Amino acid sequence: MNIFVCVKQVPDTETKITPTSDGSFIETASIKWIMNPYDEFAVEQALLVKQANPAANVTVVRVGSTKDTEALRTAMAMGADDAILVEAPDNLDSYSIAKALKGAIGKSGKTPDLILTGKQAIDDDALQVPQILAEMLKLPSVSVIVGFELQGNTAKVKREVEGGALEVYELATPCVLAANKGLNTPRYASLPGIMKAKKKPLTQLSLADVGVSDADRRVKYSGFKLPPEKPPGKKFDATDAAKQREVVAQVVGLLRTEAKVI
Amino acid sequence: MDFSLSTEQREIQELALKFARNEIIPHAQDYDEKGKFPEEIFKKAWELGLVNTCIPAEYGGTGFSAVDGVVISEALAYGCMGMNTSFMANDLALLPIVIGGSEEQKKKFLTPFTAGFRVASFCLTEPGNGSDAGGIKTQIKDGGDHWILNGEKMWITNAGYADLFVVYGTVDVNLKHKGISAIVVDPKAPGIELGKKEDKMGHRSSDTRGVRFNNVKVPKENMLGKPGDGWAIAMNTLDHSRPLVASSALGGAQRALDLSVKYAKERNQFGVPIAKHQAVQFMIAEMGMKVEAARLLVYKAAWMCDQGQKNTEIASYAKAFASDSCMQITTDAVQIYGGYGYSREYPVEKLMRDAKLIQIYEGTSQIQRLVMARELLK
Repeated sequence: MNIFVCVKQVPDTETKITPTSDGSFIETASIKWIMNPYDEFAVEQALLVKQANPAANVTVVRVGSTKDTEALRTAMAMGADDAILVEAPDNLDSYSIAKALKGAIGKSGKTPDLILTGKQAIDDDALQVPQILAEMLKLPSVSVIVGFELQGNTAKVKREVEGGALEVYELATPCVLAANKGLNTPRYASLPGIMKAKKKPLTQLSLADVGVSDADRRVKYSGFKLPPEKPPGKKFDATDAAKQREVVAQVVGLLRTEAKVI
Repeated sequence: MDFSLSTEQREIQELALKFARNEIIPHAQDYDEKGKFPEEIFKKAWELGLVNTCIPAEYGGTGFSAVDGVVISEALAYGCMGMNTSFMANDLALLPIVIGGSEEQKKKFLTPFTAGFRVASFCLTEPGNGSDAGGIKTQIKDGGDHWILNGEKMWITNAGYADLFVVYGTVDVNLKHKGISAIVVDPKAPGIELGKKEDKMGHRSSDTRGVRFNNVKVPKENMLGKPGDGWAIAMNTLDHSRPLVASSALGGAQRALDLSVKYAKERNQFGVPIAKHQAVQFMIAEMGMKVEAARLLVYKAAWMCDQGQKNTEIASYAKAFASDSCMQITTDAVQIYGGYGYSREYPVEKLMRDAKLIQIYEGTSQIQRLVMARELLK
């Protein structure tokens, strides 16, 4: 059984984000990279399937810059068998990433039985790659899954919907599933795991190798800006009982005209 | 010269810090308050390979270098210096076996610690002998086909949970240092009596007790080296363990610095964050300077171990400087937090209580200075 897990490397949530001077992307030099947290659930699920099917092979695939391979190394230290890295700029759009993932899976020579990924990456929050990838591969797909069970060639998954309700799906494998928080508890990469990961194969490919060119770009970033700083809140002194009526009227007026909330 | 950690060391550090943040910090206060031994957390750390880092790969260990060991210990102490005392005590007890044990002894005593979760204690200090370790009175008598152990030990970390003791005693008190010998003792052996758990100022989660040995029979093959080898084994152990203990102070100091920086930016007085006041800035600058200097000493002392260089002098610098700095830094952290810092609601008072012990155990800051002077004036 071949399981592919698509992972993205994203800035650590505590990183201070600064746009580049030309606004085309963010400064990446001082960023600490981590595996996208939703992808950790996908890796864990793949490893749980492998535990139940020891013959299964788990390959992690990532499209991104090669400066740091943190996400792939972490996944292999957790227990994935091998990894593919498609070298690409970090500001690629969802379509190109999905096409590169498809190309990388094709290049591996292994026929996927299951493709897992996180429901979204916490950097651009695009929530598109799993669906585009599934469409390109002509595979069924469910996103935001919080439950998973594999019975032969059928995946039974639970999907979270608004209001906390659950939808239950049965899909034929191979399929593309996108994980949400709550699917499982990702394990730590153990120290022996970290040592073993060094010896696991990591294949490096270029975008050209996987058939992606600049012409595939559907979305171009035109400007990165930090959100405007929040102005400080206004304080109203209503300690003087005689003036309370006046102050309340003032506040209500501002809520109507300035904040426009009532 | 290269001051950077290797990729692998950074990954190890990352894992240990993640463990500290997720598994240790959220529980540290509770364990401290209740004086509860962190058995479950210890076990989890063992499962990930974060403890017993001194065990060589031949006996199922991770085969880490001393630098790897201090990187991990610093990160775990960042979570809680008290819990790290329990974790470190395993290494402290196993090091004499790694250093002075025969092939057979290493296989017999070290392998169980990698095969399963186990706890160990290093039994050196006695009620009447702390800094003057050479004056040990615990007797190891030849009983024919076994040794007979009599005496009393004090401040023994992990004693109540230990699966193995390494006990220092003397075969002849008149021989002074030359009579000191180290033996591996089964804590369940008849004649061993544990004292009550000490109610301590800090490191409250670590289990510290007195241990009494009344005619305890110990197999002959449990002596490390031959009678009289104990002093050399103990001193050699300390060269390895001092960087480790120093790294614990370093981790605690780094935590105090991080918390101080965060709080100084949040807390407003006179209309600005207190970080804008020079009085606070100077305290924080001092903290940063000391943390960095301590780190360089600690890593160097460990690096010298890995290079097979005699590190006695540098290890003492590291231990004294890191622990004294940790005391100063955690005290200043409480100062920066002001009244809140003195309250148990906030994390810094615990750091200050925990820091104190590191100036005392494993050779007081004063003993370290004696060692330094002895090395310098040789």
